[in-house]
Amino acid sequence: MKQKFNVIKSTCVPLPLKNVDTDQIIPARFLKATTKEGFGDNLFRDWRYNADGSPKKDFILNNPRYKGVVLVAGKNFGCGSSREHAAWAIADYGFRIVISSFFADIHKNNELNNFVLPVQVSERFLEHLFDSIKSDPNTEVIVDLPNQTVTNTATNEEEHFEINGYKKYCLENALDDIDYILENKDKIVQFEQARQHV
Amino acid sequence: MNTLFDKIWDAHVVQIIPDGPQQLYIDRLYCHEVTSPQAFEGLRRRGLKPFRPQNIYCMPDHNTPTHDQDQPIADPVSRKQVDTLARNATEFGLNHFGMMHPKNGIIHVVGPERALTLPGMTIVCGDSHTSTHGAVGAVAFGIGTSEVEMVLASQCILQQKPKTMRITINGKLGKGVTAKDLALYVMSQITTSGATGYFVEYAGKVVQSLSMEGRLTLCNLSIEMGSRGGMIAPDETTFNYIKGREYAPKGEAWNKAVAYWKTLYSDENAQFDRELEFDASKIEPMITYGTNPGMGIAITSEIPASQCATDVKALEYMDFKSGETLIGKPIDYVFLGACTNGRIEDFRAFASVVKGKQKAKDVTAWLVPGSWNVDKQIREEGLDKILEAAGFEIRQPGCSACLAMNDDKVPAGKYCVATSNRNFEGRQGPGARTLLASPLTAAAAAITGRITDPRTFL
Repeated sequence: MKQKFNVIKSTCVPLPLKNVDTDQIIPARFLKATTKEGFGDNLFRDWRYNADGSPKKDFILNNPRYKGVVLVAGKNFGCGSSREHAAWAIADYGFRIVISSFFADIHKNNELNNFVLPVQVSERFLEHLFDSIKSDPNTEVIVDLPNQTVTNTATNEEEHFEINGYKKYCLENALDDIDYILENKDKIVQFEQARQHV
Repeated sequence: MNTLFDKIWDAHVVQIIPDGPQQLYIDRLYCHEVTSPQAFEGLRRRGLKPFRPQNIYCMPDHNTPTHDQDQPIADPVSRKQVDTLARNATEFGLNHFGMMHPKNGIIHVVGPERALTLPGMTIVCGDSHTSTHGAVGAVAFGIGTSEVEMVLASQCILQQKPKTMRITINGKLGKGVTAKDLALYVMSQITTSGATGYFVEYAGKVVQSLSMEGRLTLCNLSIEMGSRGGMIAPDETTFNYIKGREYAPKGEAWNKAVAYWKTLYSDENAQFDRELEFDASKIEPMITYGTNPGMGIAITSEIPASQCATDVKALEYMDFKSGETLIGKPIDYVFLGACTNGRIEDFRAFASVVKGKQKAKDVTAWLVPGSWNVDKQIREEGLDKILEAAGFEIRQPGCSACLAMNDDKVPAGKYCVATSNRNFEGRQGPGARTLLASPLTAAAAAITGRITDPRTFL
């Protein structure tokens, strides 16, 4: 899943619901795998499929009008369980960016650690983007990581988004935290030797 | 002028990465079977071994059945995950309390009760309810599997330092109002994202007066307000709870530890990024009516009007209407347990309500101790006799119906009053309808078969 990130232009899949929790992104009964692959098939499982496995026609992932590598979701996306399986499911399905007006902390880190970029925008930008996609499903967004901007091409609205310099560097160069931390093992040993309390 | 959180966090910083996260040293890593296999696999792929295996404790809890644990798990996929944890622990030389081991149970119940969790520690686990351990005055938070791999590899984690929030609860809790109601009340006021980005310290007279079990329940639910962690300054209640427990420091080491733990409090002029205050006397027994833990009301109140599509969807799922009260509505299942309310005090509370009465005929009740140790206490105190006489059966420990990864699933459309932590759609099984409440409220519902104000039994 390690892949370099730069500028991405894509149509969007809209999910205009608030507080989408990780139990909805991937229900617990699908967490029993011991590998990271294949979770995309069960992304949003119970919103996407009926109990008999047939697709629910009105759910966005089953609507051919919506496609692209950008998922746009309501406020507080990814709340609840820490399961990284949610980020694996999003990445495995093919999404590379999630746009929302607010992300839950643990899930946000999980996305970043799987080279999915969480882009936090204002409520207003998000509302307009939902409107744009509703009136034209071919609406594209441009997410420019080097310049930290996101653009709604239908309205030409552009917004700056936050990401710390370290994580940005990791995404641009397809490096992960473990690569970084292992270069600094001496510092850990020094720390252990210096501390007084356990 | 430091906060409790700053004191512990700062003492564990190995280095600060410019324009980036901080490298935090971790004292304890807890692993369960669901969020660890890919981390061990990643370690293997990198050709690494755990850096400090002695500080890592593993135990299966999510998939474990709550009956016949001496038999192999019937579900082959669950069995594989539990076996994989055992294999990984053996291969890498980690502490492992497997199924039927007397120390097994839900990791967030076992950690504090064995005193593996101690004040001043940094603790992580691939589980959002790791916030529980903050109750003893530790910095404890849930992490993803990539981060589990990082801690296995280095005993460190790269993490943005969160902002601090203090939630002060003054006043006095009314009759039948528990730590669970307190947490559900705060959530109902600040929503499930009200504390996102913050680490919470709970303070005030009411918090100080809570037992250790009550504090663990309160901190457990921090994540349901969006906070990575919640914590409470250690005090005599904490020290008395820890003293003499299996992994607690002993002799001279104990005195030294307590002397250090006594320095762990927020200084008088400590600055928090946000401060909230609540009056406990306004809190009634709480119950949720929707599909996130912030959708809670006093048990006697009416369901509020929907304000957005998400609210409408939640009420449709629950088959409730704005303006109606929940009291008297029939329920089908009751679940007592989980890392939220699976401790001895919760079983005492439940037993105090059902004593001398009978379980409603149509209610299926799952009473699941949080650990074998809790099970032992239940029997030592004779609570098992009271519960059995009232028509209840005590099951074997595990996470059980909190997230239904084992057989304990609530069928579609059925209502369950649960003492667990999440009422998300499908959390207790596809289509299941969950109402979160305290053990007292769960007990009252189990007796009457309807949503009932527990105060009528007290």
